[in-house]
Amino acid sequence: MVDAPEPIISVEDLNFYYGESQALTNINLKVVRSQVTALIGPSGCGKSTFLRLLNRMNDLIAGTRVEGKVIFEGVNLYGPEVDPVHVRRRIGMVFQKPNPFPKSIYNNVAYGPRLHGLRDRAKLDELVERSLKAAAIWDEVKDILHQSALGLSGGQQQRLCIARAVAMEPEVLLMDEPTSALDPIATARIEELVKELKRNYTVIIVTHNMQQAARVSDETAFFYMGRLVEMGPTEEIFTRPRKEQTEHYITGRFG
Amino acid sequence: MSWHSLSARKMREALAFMVFRLAMLLVLLSLGGILLFVLIHGLGALSWEFISQPPRNSMTEGGIFPAIMGTIYLTLGAILVALPLGVAASIYLSEYASEGRVLRIVRLGIQNLAGVPSVVFGLFGLGLFVVFFGMGVSIMAGSLTLGLLILPTVIGASEEALRQVPSTFREASLALGATRWQTIRKVVLPAALPGILTGSILGIGRAAGETAPIMFTAATFYTLYLPDSVFSQVMALPYHIYVLATAGTHIAQTRPLQYGTVLVLISLVLGLSLVAIITRTRMRRTKKW
Repeated sequence: MVDAPEPIISVEDLNFYYGESQALTNINLKVVRSQVTALIGPSGCGKSTFLRLLNRMNDLIAGTRVEGKVIFEGVNLYGPEVDPVHVRRRIGMVFQKPNPFPKSIYNNVAYGPRLHGLRDRAKLDELVERSLKAAAIWDEVKDILHQSALGLSGGQQQRLCIARAVAMEPEVLLMDEPTSALDPIATARIEELVKELKRNYTVIIVTHNMQQAARVSDETAFFYMGRLVEMGPTEEIFTRPRKEQTEHYITGRFG
Repeated sequence: MSWHSLSARKMREALAFMVFRLAMLLVLLSLGGILLFVLIHGLGALSWEFISQPPRNSMTEGGIFPAIMGTIYLTLGAILVALPLGVAASIYLSEYASEGRVLRIVRLGIQNLAGVPSVVFGLFGLGLFVVFFGMGVSIMAGSLTLGLLILPTVIGASEEALRQVPSTFREASLALGATRWQTIRKVVLPAALPGILTGSILGIGRAAGETAPIMFTAATFYTLYLPDSVFSQVMALPYHIYVLATAGTHIAQTRPLQYGTVLVLISLVLGLSLVAIITRTRMRRTKKW
């Protein structure tokens, strides 16, 4: 094994409950900076729940409880002094279904920066352009920036949502099955984009598509029934899994 | 099962269908009947003078201009009272309050408020606004009373409109580091606003036509003048109709004017509803979520 690079996120003894039922059990893992980490596993295995714990989106669901630590840049995100709003500014998220606001393309991207006080028109213009370029959608929308985002195709909307998240200049980008509502061509573009994004961001992506995990990720974590079964370099997970369950899943014996 | 019983079942089905169709027809007929009746009797009274002049000669001549203006003032006043209050309450109910017993009781209270007879609102307004707060019989007191009357409608419409904003919008905003209030202000409210407004206007149409809440709080039998402040009394269409039909000394002579007034009032209310319905349909068409 090579020396472990410095993790940007380390999760320690994480347990998560929806009311009485336990959704995640004793999760321990480290996410490496500037890499793409894929979370795979059958439906209901807790991978999406886990992802949403990383930017405290599960706080919004009543009756949930978290034990353990998520340490991001040396700070436990579940420490009493941490404001979830601040967490979400530094750890962005892209959702399963494209969810642009019913606003113009420009205003979608400018939404986050404006919330946090950026008013300067020139700076906003520049940031919007940079974000749209980073999400590989600039060329398609540069002439229609002030038209409604709802007029875009699904794949374009999803790249817009990525641009919107990128505009916050987060350190980590969480993606929750970002291509599950898209056609194969749009999916391929998003996958290309994910590989690009890791130059500037740490990406954690949930996917039910194992080929996608194999194509885009550096590290893969396999979840099963609320537990982390195995995590390692993607190539190893897919060619020489250490656990039998992992092997069964990636060879398609269940899931 | 024999063929015979099957056809009997078909007959029963046809019968039930006919009963329902008849019920619907009856509803339509009564609405159409009322409208036609008012139209036939009222159309003759309509003239430019009728809608632009005050009454003359013990109400037997002239027009209803002060009453039209009074109703418009009272309706606008009711909107100003009920819209901010109702929208704020519905934001609390649907965005902040967590489901539970307290919320159920509050909702029950609002539903019951909607069931309170309008004359009770009138007496309540008289006691609280006119007497206790010393507003006198005035536009102010009448607007507040009417505002309370339509509050449940506004809250209902707003809650419905807020509920229809997809939760994915809220999630997207929160995930960008917005606070709840920022999310409501910048994403949820703008998306819900058309629904809130049109839903509320439908309720407001009702306020425009109410007599009981304003008869003790705002309306006056007769004034030549338009109000000069919110503490003035006003004439109002529904009250005018009531007065002409029951308390006048020349009931027979004023009858054409009564029908004319009814026609104007109904047109105003239906017009308001029509505007709301058209706007809503148009906005639903452009809305894509």
